[in-house]
Amino acid sequence: MDLESMYQEIILEHYRRPLHAGLREPFDAQVQHVNPTCGDEVTMRVTLKDAGPDAILADVSYEALGCSISQASASVMADMIIGKTAAEAMRISEEFLALMQSRGEGEPNEDVLGDAIAFAGVSKYPARIKCALLGWMAWKDATAKALSERQTGEQT
Amino acid sequence: MTTLASRTGSLDIEAIRSDFPILGRAVRGGRHLIYLDSGATSHKPRQVLDAERDFYTTRNAAAHRGAHLLGEEATDAYEGARARIAAFLGASPGEIVFTKSATEAVNLVAYSMSNAATAGPEAGRFAVGPGDEVLVTESEHHANLVPWQQLCDRTGATLRWFGVTPAGRIDLSRIDELINGRTRLVALTHQSNVTGVVPPVAEIAAAAHQVGALVLADGAQSVPHQPVDVVALGADFLVFSGHKMLGPSGVGVLWGRRELLEAMPPFITGGSMIEVVRMEGSTFLPPPDRFEAGVPAAAQAVGLAAACDYLDGLGMANVADHEEALTAHALEALGAIDGLRVLGPLDTQHRGGAVSFVLGGIHPHDVGQVLDELGIAVRTGHHCAWPLHRALHAQASTRATFYVYNTHDEVDALAAGIRQAQKFFGTP
Repeated sequence: MDLESMYQEIILEHYRRPLHAGLREPFDAQVQHVNPTCGDEVTMRVTLKDAGPDAILADVSYEALGCSISQASASVMADMIIGKTAAEAMRISEEFLALMQSRGEGEPNEDVLGDAIAFAGVSKYPARIKCALLGWMAWKDATAKALSERQTGEQT
Repeated sequence: MTTLASRTGSLDIEAIRSDFPILGRAVRGGRHLIYLDSGATSHKPRQVLDAERDFYTTRNAAAHRGAHLLGEEATDAYEGARARIAAFLGASPGEIVFTKSATEAVNLVAYSMSNAATAGPEAGRFAVGPGDEVLVTESEHHANLVPWQQLCDRTGATLRWFGVTPAGRIDLSRIDELINGRTRLVALTHQSNVTGVVPPVAEIAAAAHQVGALVLADGAQSVPHQPVDVVALGADFLVFSGHKMLGPSGVGVLWGRRELLEAMPPFITGGSMIEVVRMEGSTFLPPPDRFEAGVPAAAQAVGLAAACDYLDGLGMANVADHEEALTAHALEALGAIDGLRVLGPLDTQHRGGAVSFVLGGIHPHDVGQVLDELGIAVRTGHHCAWPLHRALHAQASTRATFYVYNTHDEVDALAAGIRQAQKFFGTP
């Protein structure tokens, strides 16, 4: 069975014991994203320190309702990007998106992606790519919102 | 097991399976395909594929246009298909409107109703506005819900709905309040695509007719799976799709009572639905042509007629019996799995062959992934019935649906696959 290539042990680990889960205060921006085909949803909060691309992601908290892939992906993501700058995290997110769009052909860059390389097998299953990206897309959206609010806040 | 006796129906399943080329293909890891997703779309027998191909190779032309021989033959084929489908439903050909899908057929009625406000006195009876009510049920497929929400948004009418019982049946306890003098239309499923529930459409239609309301039944899941006679059904409109009943995609049907279709304004306008066109304005043909703008999908209509031939050859009562036996088997086999909850009735009374379930601790996507690895195709998600899932306290579910080509061995394979998913994810 090829299931193990998708459900790597590290994914199942994060699914069973998600890291940084639960919504926390304070936060700069909150978004809710859904996967319309299955109804999976994630609420994502981002807390920044400072402003601009060098702003630090002081906290990323979330509440996810969904399959093992979407939950584990949110957990891996939060664990990787908390404490990084928005620009660094964005680079990881772009690398992850490229991996997910590779239809199983991508060479995952472990230096950038860390544990997230475990999702390489998911990219072979088009129906599941959205699951793996749900948390990342929500984070990106929340961060853009938080950054723009910070900027507006600085100007006034 | 007492159910074993009922497992031998009058259909020759092996012979049926040999008519469906796709069932012979291998899927993941070279496994046999076990297709339990006919509720989403069915496979097509050779006879349907041949009918479509024959149309294209011998009679292809734009129906209802041109005086050449092919044009005549294409028109005959298209109108012959209409008559064939009418016969399948106990209707007359003039009551059959071809659409591209069941979804479009619902939209046709909904938009005709909003167009009625400006379409002259004859159409006035279809117009709705503030103070009027459109009644649906909480168990509708989005295709029979969103168009009515939108109609209400456009016109100021109010959307109301029957709730569902914990077993997924339509809760009729408030019927006297919900069907009232303000009710203009009742739209409801004739067989739920999630729970398989078959509501008492005739009874609800009788109550609706007493207050002068129209009734639209969504037959997308009933027409392919049980004998449906439009007179016995008691509704004013019935919609369904070709692709769920062994026919091609791209063709659906609206059946409507003739006197209603006569008075309804068009939805999609353009060529071949007009009577006279002047720069100042146009008049329209009688139904069904009034509702069929553009070059019709004749090959698809011909394919759908061939599907009716195929199903009538099996006998719709036999089809329903076969699916009932599979459903009973599935309810029994799945009911024996720890941590599994079936959404919908646990018996086959007034229930068709959709078995949706939630599995404790495993998300439907993950269940579906394990089953797919075993060659078993099921549907996962909310199956375009999000409010129903919410009402049944399920975020999403895994759904198996059955058709003429499914076997009892496949039901056993499903149950074994679910247990394998539990083993893989370490639940319950």
